[in-house]
This record gives sequence, structure tokens and C-alpha cells, in this order.
Amino acid sequence: MDSKNVKIHVSHLKKNFGKLEVLRDISNDITEGEVVVVIGPSGSGKSTFLRCLNRLEDITSGEVVVDGVNIADKKADINKVRENVGMVFQHFNLFNNMNVLRNLTLAPVDLGKMSKADAQKQAMKLLERVGLADKAQAFPSQLSGGQKQRVAIARALAMNPDIMLFDEPTSALDPEMVGEVLEVMKELAREGMTMVVVTHEMGFAREVADRVIFMDGGYILEEGTPEEVFGNPQNPRTKDFLNKVL
Amino acid sequence: MLRIIDVYGELLLKAMGQTLLLALCGLFFACILGLIFGLMSVVKNRPCNIIARIFVDAIRGVPMIVLAYFIYFGVPYLLNTIMKIGGVTLTALQAGTACLALNCGAYMAEIIRAGIESVDKGQMEAARSLGMPYWRSMYRVVLPQAIRTMIPSIINQFIITLKDTSILSVIGFPELVNTAKNVLANTFMSFQTWAIVAVMYLVIIQTLSVLAKHLERRLKHGL
Repeated sequence: MDSKNVKIHVSHLKKNFGKLEVLRDISNDITEGEVVVVIGPSGSGKSTFLRCLNRLEDITSGEVVVDGVNIADKKADINKVRENVGMVFQHFNLFNNMNVLRNLTLAPVDLGKMSKADAQKQAMKLLERVGLADKAQAFPSQLSGGQKQRVAIARALAMNPDIMLFDEPTSALDPEMVGEVLEVMKELAREGMTMVVVTHEMGFAREVADRVIFMDGGYILEEGTPEEVFGNPQNPRTKDFLNKVL
Repeated sequence: MLRIIDVYGELLLKAMGQTLLLALCGLFFACILGLIFGLMSVVKNRPCNIIARIFVDAIRGVPMIVLAYFIYFGVPYLLNTIMKIGGVTLTALQAGTACLALNCGAYMAEIIRAGIESVDKGQMEAARSLGMPYWRSMYRVVLPQAIRTMIPSIINQFIITLKDTSILSVIGFPELVNTAKNVLANTFMSFQTWAIVAVMYLVIIQTLSVLAKHLERRLKHGL
């Protein structure tokens, strides 16, 4: 692991919402090409942890170094860092006022990353990849949940990020649509994308994760390969949680 | 009634033009004030929020007729007599415009704030997560969606402001109500005069409503 590039370095991360301590002391390194799945009960801080990785939540204290930039530092150019860190949300958050194609081209064109023509060409390729090329002109309201989430993944990929963050990407989906989204994510993992995934899909964690992190009460209580964490959990809270969800 | 229209028709039409002029001037600046204070109340910045809050509360808490007197008589008195700066005069149009702009602007600020807050905050987060700066995201993603929900309230506010121009008759601006009072002083025909004035307002506002409905329909599909 030492020989590999550390993409995200987190040390002593703390996050409070007012008096509520959501993250108490989180330290972790995520290396290039690694797929890290974060599991844990509701309110354990796993989504907040993920959202600190691109500073969608202000960081109370500690360090979060993404591609060499400490984003806990208020002076860091957060927009520059975010260009390289894609994010997929539980509720998709597609831009409702734009069609699918515009959803994918908005940021790359607006930020001067590519010309409109190039962005559209790339967008069509990405839509093909997620199996939705025929929906390029559709508006988000005309898509199913699974389709929305696949578009959301394509939109994040349109910025050509090195890192992708997934915040419970299948939690708002009807059961029959979960598969199509996980399929796209597995494909991404196979291609070597660095991924941090917060999810309740234990099957996905087992199959795809290089490393599973179990969080509760604002701490990382256990981490290891899926075999270690699912097969032989050490912490009693992990055991308890896995007993309930498996 | 025909005699009034015959003799004073032109005068009343001119007054209607003045009413429209005043309303347009007021609305123009009200939109600017509304946008500024509306945005100031949604940004993540305490001092900005507080300033916007004070503006809205202060204006909403004062009747417009008091605001009109205050701006037209009070402000020049403050500058000329109390502060001895001297030579400051306000025309009725300037004072009227300021009065409407402040009053309508405060309500517009609230409409704009509510419109922006009605857009799911995930929209802003998604735009920001792609690396787009705050104002870019606001302009490209949030505002276009907010405007759609704001349109009916904005039109309503425009209509209220148009009617509020009548209050500015108290500072002598030659708009419809003021002119009608002059007509009345000559003719003593109050039923006919006020009926004509009422119909004139009705026509302006109906025209505005129809235009607005049309715009609303088009925005629902477009954008």
C-alpha cells in the first residue's frame, strides 16, 4: 500500500453540528484505485464523513488532504479540488431545469474545461456507457429513479474526476432499479476508479470493496477487507450491526 | 359622464400615463432592491442576513403613506434644515419612485428569498460538487428554478405596487387619483369621476394580468 499514491489523506477529522459531535476523530488514507465502502447504522456519521471529503460540510478540525490540497484550510481552492472529485447523491439532484445532455455538459462547458461540441460528444459517450443514450433530450422528471441515478453518475464523470464519492446511491431507489445502478458502479470499480461508497448494500460491499470501513458514533470502529469485516468482525458493535442487516 | 370624458378625457389619460411611468420607475428599482436583499438573505453570511432582515422588517413595518411623507418632506428637511447641507430638493416623481422601490423592494426580497429557498438544496450541492462556484451555481441552476415558482407572486406584487401609486397622490404627484381630485373640484360629479378612474385602473391591471398569465404559461414550458 505504501508504494501506491495516497489520493485522500484524512487525519483527526472532527465535525460538529452546533453542540452535536458527528465525527469525533477520523483518520484514514485512501489510495489510488481503491474502492472503499463505508457501512454503519443511521446517524453513525458515515454520510457526513463522505461529505467532508469534498467539503460539502465545513470541517470543524483536522486535516483532509485531497490530491495534495488540505481542504480543511479555508484558503484552499475548493472548486479546483471538486472538479476532480465526482459526487453521486442519494436523491440524484439532477438539474431539473435542464435536459439530460445539458446536465452533463453544464459544468465542463461553464468551467471552460472543453468546448460545447466536445462536451456533447463526451456526454453522449458517457450516456452510452450507462445505457441511456436515447434519453439525452429527456428531462429529469421523465426518468425513473434508476435512470436518474445513472445520469447522475454520468454527470459526475463528465468532469473526468479521479475520485468518485457515492452517498447512499441506491437508498432512494425501488428495489428493481438497484441492480442497474450497482452494475454501473461495479464497471467503474473494475476500470480502476478511486471510489468511496456509503451504502447499505452489503452484497455490493462484499463483491466490489477493497476495504470496508465500519463507522458508529462518529468513530471508525473497524476496517479491513470484506472477508475480514463480514467474515470475522472483531468489534462487538460491528457484529451486532451485521447481525441485524445480513 | 360623457361630458367629463369629453372635457377631461385627455387630462385623465395623461394622468394614467403618469401612473404607469411612476409604477414602472418604482418597479424597476424595486426589482433591483428585491434581488439584492433577497440574495443577501439567502447567502451564508450572518451580517448580510441581518442587514436584509432589518431592511425588510423596517419597510414592512411602516405604512406606505408615512414612508411617502417621510421621503418627500422628511428627508429634505433633515438634509437642509437639520444637517444644513442645503439645496436638496426632491421632485414628486423622485420621491414617489424611491417610496415605491423601497416598499415593493422589501416584498420582492421576501418573494425572491422564498423562491430560492423553495429549490431543493441538493441542486446547489450538486452544482458545487462539480466544481462550479457559488454564484455560477446560483445563476445557472438555482435561480432559473426559483423564478418559476416566484412568477405568480411577483406578478401579484406588481399589481399591488401599481395600485399603490395612488397613495402617492398625497405628495402631489399628478397621477390618476390626484388628477381625478382636480377634475372633481371643477365638476363636483363624484360618481362619474371615480367610476371612470376605477375603470381605468381596471383596464391597466387586466392588461397586465393577461400578459402575466401568458408569460407564466411560456415559462412553465421553456426555461
